[in-house]
Amino acid sequence: MAFRSAVITFPGSNCDRDMAEALGKISGTPALRVWHGDHDLPEGLDFIALPGGFSYGDYLRCGAIASRSPVMQAVVAAAERGVPVLGVCNGFQVLTESGLLPGALLRNSVIRFVCRDVALKVENAQSLFTAGYAAGQEISIPVAHHDGNYFADDATLDRLEGEGRVAFRYGDEVNGSARRIAGVLNAAGNVLGMMPHPERAVETTHGGTDGRALFESAIKGLVGA
Amino acid sequence: MKVRVHVSLKPGVLDPQGRAIHHSLEGLGFSGVNDVRAGRLFELDVADSTSDEALDDMCRKLLANMVIENYRIEKVAA
Repeated sequence: MAFRSAVITFPGSNCDRDMAEALGKISGTPALRVWHGDHDLPEGLDFIALPGGFSYGDYLRCGAIASRSPVMQAVVAAAERGVPVLGVCNGFQVLTESGLLPGALLRNSVIRFVCRDVALKVENAQSLFTAGYAAGQEISIPVAHHDGNYFADDATLDRLEGEGRVAFRYGDEVNGSARRIAGVLNAAGNVLGMMPHPERAVETTHGGTDGRALFESAIKGLVGA
Repeated sequence: MKVRVHVSLKPGVLDPQGRAIHHSLEGLGFSGVNDVRAGRLFELDVADSTSDEALDDMCRKLLANMVIENYRIEKVAA
């Protein structure tokens, strides 16, 4: 069964091609490309990806304008129907701004743009996106962001931890994120937002392939091996 | 009608930019600055008939992120 995935491109997205390449190569079916001004998504999608970049030049707040674009209303509706949605970096910011995920991403506490491989600990290895990892597994995935400092109030953080919704945690201090959270799931488990870029770690030429299992897990979980 | 919307980070939300500005002020030799918080100011020109509810809605739906920010609406005398 073919894996129907779509990558949404906003003005200023710059990891959309990497994301489409990763989804296409790993699933064997090219990812569909959707423009932000589209009001409708292609029919029968198995997977939606919101890529990294600097949508709308990060004007107002990172991801704020993109989260109010026409296509995001369709993405929110699809997510609420249970369609899996992965948001990476700016895509994570769009997901928090759209209300699909709790919290917000603030300027890095170190002020500087952080661009390097980071160690991540897989906290929840039972989600659609993370079933290909072992719980507690340490992986290495690149980050490249200025606003990745995850913030939520203590009650929300406690709830996320209690419900197993922290998918990934940084091994070391990276950007000031509350409880070193690098990726969070929604309550239903079909929406994952993360600052690190798994699509930049899927081929040996990338210098690492630790991101590959995320896509393989999702594809396997959705359309079978 | 001219409206100013002041958006600021909620108390308790870390403000790395404010901290950097604070540090820079100290570097310039200004002493006695206890804290700096950075915010945003929007100047809107809206129809006179715009309701307070509509202004509130604009703030909540776009101008401020209610997870991390507070807003204050100030109507400016023409």
